[in-house]
Amino acid sequence: MEVVFKRPRTLLKKPFTYCPGCHHGLAQRLIAEVIDELNIADRTIGVGPIGCSVYIYEFIDVDFVVGAHGRAPAIATGIKRALPDCVVFSYQGDGDIAAIGTSEIIHVANRGELITAFFVNNAVFGMTGGQMAPTTLVGQKTKTTPFGRNPEVHGFPFRLGECLSVAEGSAYIARVALTRPQFIRQAKECIRKAFLAQIEQKGFALVEILSPCPTNWGMSPKEAVDWLEQHMIPYFPLGELKVKECLSRETS
Amino acid sequence: MARARVIIDREFCKGCALCTYACPKKILVISSDFNSRGYYPVTVQDVEKCIGCGFCAQVCPDVAITVYRE
Repeated sequence: MEVVFKRPRTLLKKPFTYCPGCHHGLAQRLIAEVIDELNIADRTIGVGPIGCSVYIYEFIDVDFVVGAHGRAPAIATGIKRALPDCVVFSYQGDGDIAAIGTSEIIHVANRGELITAFFVNNAVFGMTGGQMAPTTLVGQKTKTTPFGRNPEVHGFPFRLGECLSVAEGSAYIARVALTRPQFIRQAKECIRKAFLAQIEQKGFALVEILSPCPTNWGMSPKEAVDWLEQHMIPYFPLGELKVKECLSRETS
Repeated sequence: MARARVIIDREFCKGCALCTYACPKKILVISSDFNSRGYYPVTVQDVEKCIGCGFCAQVCPDVAITVYRE
């Protein structure tokens, strides 16, 4: 029998430490698969953030740097400028990239730094216990919004992908979800294009990955996936938000 | 002889059960005994019905599933 699906080589063989049903594992598997297929594992450097996403350094077998809260894009910029032959990516959650690190990511996108950013959006601060994040939906109950997010008090959910897609320096911005097999295939293609935008020196690339947080949403994994499809996808529409130039499938 | 086979790593599985909803043949079930980390892992009920589509492995957040097909 031939193997149809197996663990990618770059993903270390140990169990994920994330909660059951968390899509961090899926996102990291897709990144590892793309790194394998592009054969760039030996020259890839990842930058971790603060939050649940930081544990990526435990699981993907490439070099890693962990930055201060929100500063991963700035550190990635420094690494990329010092080592231009390396492929540099950052991997951040919404509490990191869209809250404390908003200025870093906006200016990195505007300067068109040749880095690839991954943004895992689960609409809450996960590691600290489920407080309201900038991406929390209107009416969504969190630890700090027990009566639901009220736009008059807390403002509106922040669409980072759309915000960065108007920056001149960004080359590829996409938003994906990982709730169904077809979405997962599309997500992998978007992650490949985001790496290719950097390798082909087109500009800054970002992939926003919608992810459930069953623990902090107070739902079972299946309920969380359904809630994501019913409530998050209408507000955060999926698709490629910006494709600057035609990105080839093959590395040159 | 089964056309396809899925192997679930009991120690990697956390029993989130997302694969049981993704399986078109509904042959994946939560087992009644727990693994060393205290989770109830998923097990294959009727391997003869497996068509090797790989949906379970695609949606598995813990990359606990390997799929083989003829």
